[in-house]
Amino acid sequence: MLSRKFLTKNLINSCLFSTNTVVKNALRACIVGSGPSGFYSSQYLLKHLPDCRIDLIEKLPVPFGLVRYGVAPDHPEVKNVINTFSKTAENPNFNFYGNISLGKDVSLNELRQLYDVVVLCYGSDVDSPLGIKGEDIKNVISAREFVGWYNGLPHLENFNPDLSGEEAILIGQGNVAIDVARILLTPIDILSKTDITEYALEALSRSKIKKVYLVGRRGPLQAAFTIAELREMLKLPNTDTYWRQTDFEGIPEKIDSLPRPRKRITELMVKSLNEAKQSSNNKKFLPVFFRSPTQFIGNDKVESVEFSINILENESAVATDKSESLQTQLVCRSIGYKSISVDASINFDDKLGRVINKEGRVLKKNSNEVDVGLYVAGWLGTGPSGVILTTMNNAFKISHTIIDDFRNGIIKCDTNKTGIDPRNYPCITWTDWLKIDKEETERGHKVNKPREKIVSIKEMLSIV
Amino acid sequence: MLRIINSRVINNISKQIIRQMTVQPTRSLCSNVPKLQKEEVEVTFVRANGERITAKGKVGDSLLDVVVNNHIDFDGFGACEGTLTCSTCHLIFAKPDFDKLPDKPSDEELDMLDLAFDLTETSRLGCQICLSKDMNGLEVKVPATVNDARS
Repeated sequence: MLSRKFLTKNLINSCLFSTNTVVKNALRACIVGSGPSGFYSSQYLLKHLPDCRIDLIEKLPVPFGLVRYGVAPDHPEVKNVINTFSKTAENPNFNFYGNISLGKDVSLNELRQLYDVVVLCYGSDVDSPLGIKGEDIKNVISAREFVGWYNGLPHLENFNPDLSGEEAILIGQGNVAIDVARILLTPIDILSKTDITEYALEALSRSKIKKVYLVGRRGPLQAAFTIAELREMLKLPNTDTYWRQTDFEGIPEKIDSLPRPRKRITELMVKSLNEAKQSSNNKKFLPVFFRSPTQFIGNDKVESVEFSINILENESAVATDKSESLQTQLVCRSIGYKSISVDASINFDDKLGRVINKEGRVLKKNSNEVDVGLYVAGWLGTGPSGVILTTMNNAFKISHTIIDDFRNGIIKCDTNKTGIDPRNYPCITWTDWLKIDKEETERGHKVNKPREKIVSIKEMLSIV
Repeated sequence: MLRIINSRVINNISKQIIRQMTVQPTRSLCSNVPKLQKEEVEVTFVRANGERITAKGKVGDSLLDVVVNNHIDFDGFGACEGTLTCSTCHLIFAKPDFDKLPDKPSDEELDMLDLAFDLTETSRLGCQICLSKDMNGLEVKVPATVNDARS
């Protein structure tokens, strides 16, 4: 049933496409992954090489990657980039093919034969484990799972974290950890107006969590969270922030010599440290520095975490022989995402978790030679750090390199490279996505939310 | 929790809503048609490669509005659409112009500027600077992001 429907629709689509005039010397590019790096690369290529033809493939039926599944539901402004992405998608030289997975539905070698250029932009969506004892105890979870769960990432809808304890420990101090802390501590009536999934809202409304620790291995001067995210935590209603005085020994004296961004964030921490707390009834947010987890302890579920007490040596955390134990009923590790190789022919560094490249040009396996026509942009090439702006600049830079390579004759247009035939795949087009988008928005408006995300892939496909 | 949004952001958002709701009047090319009631201010954006782009905005428009309304194509400019959640509308002012700006940057603006590339002592976010009559002739630098520097 489904496939016939796809076939008919795609026949119509391909008839439409075939009426497009074929521009001689038009570069045909396939971009793999529809998050910020994929869309910003498309945008730049289409702007500076207006004749090029771009097919953007995405393993999920729906676009936008971490903008949809990573950005916190209470940060709708950050998702405004979707408007720009959607403008790109309306370009007649651009096709979105959702529900096509590289390495499963199509191989990299096939794509190389069908396109002049392939840009790998599929990001990092696996979490890094700590590799310590007790990591498999119940209620030791990853931020990737927790974030995916509240954001409606398919297959995580039944993740259902146990929020029945009063304490939670977050390992890691990046903005993802801060997002998790904020979602755990934000009053439910604020969350209910966001596009957070209904099941997560329901579970969070029954949450008993009152104390959230945010533990980092280094000190306040190395804190990974950014100032806007910290300021938001400090202003959170019904939550007080408690810093440890001992973590800040010698810090105030150093403030004046710091560069501006580090100076301002340190000033904010020190100001908050010295502030009187508002109410003993409030929930507590507790950043802790100089601690690395060494083992998780618990029988049926996690009961406590053992930490080494660290000192700093040349900006690195070094464990001393002293330790500290904190009791908890939930642990969420948030020490970064990792990329994986989804196709055996990708030249991938398992240790670094990224595609081996020189300024975005992917190198051949076991060689220093560029694999002409294959590029990588975004976290898959740089490693998972930075804000959307960082990824945007990276994607622009790599797209510029592609254009340079094209203009210098390093990559050439091959008229035999016709791109994938959407009829061969049960793919979702941009028009299909707009239907899903409309359905989600309508469902959301019924419950005063900007959107109610559809989580099941089957249900997404049934709408189109 | 909702980011604390200052009044200018709300102003910008409501302006955007109004812009979406009302049909934009088509601008006449004929020069002897009387000027629109609101006074226009001329601003020049100077790219890192020296290219100068002069555009007009109305009193009360933000510098981001000027870029958007005149379809000036700076790659990636204004990604969050004036909601103080990115730093892509970062602009650099000459010291005297910077000192004359009526409003000092809010903490939230400074927080975003802290993430900007090529941050200077006279940096501001374009979405937070509203045009006034005396800004006519203003020149601002668009910082050299990777693409601007090379294109």
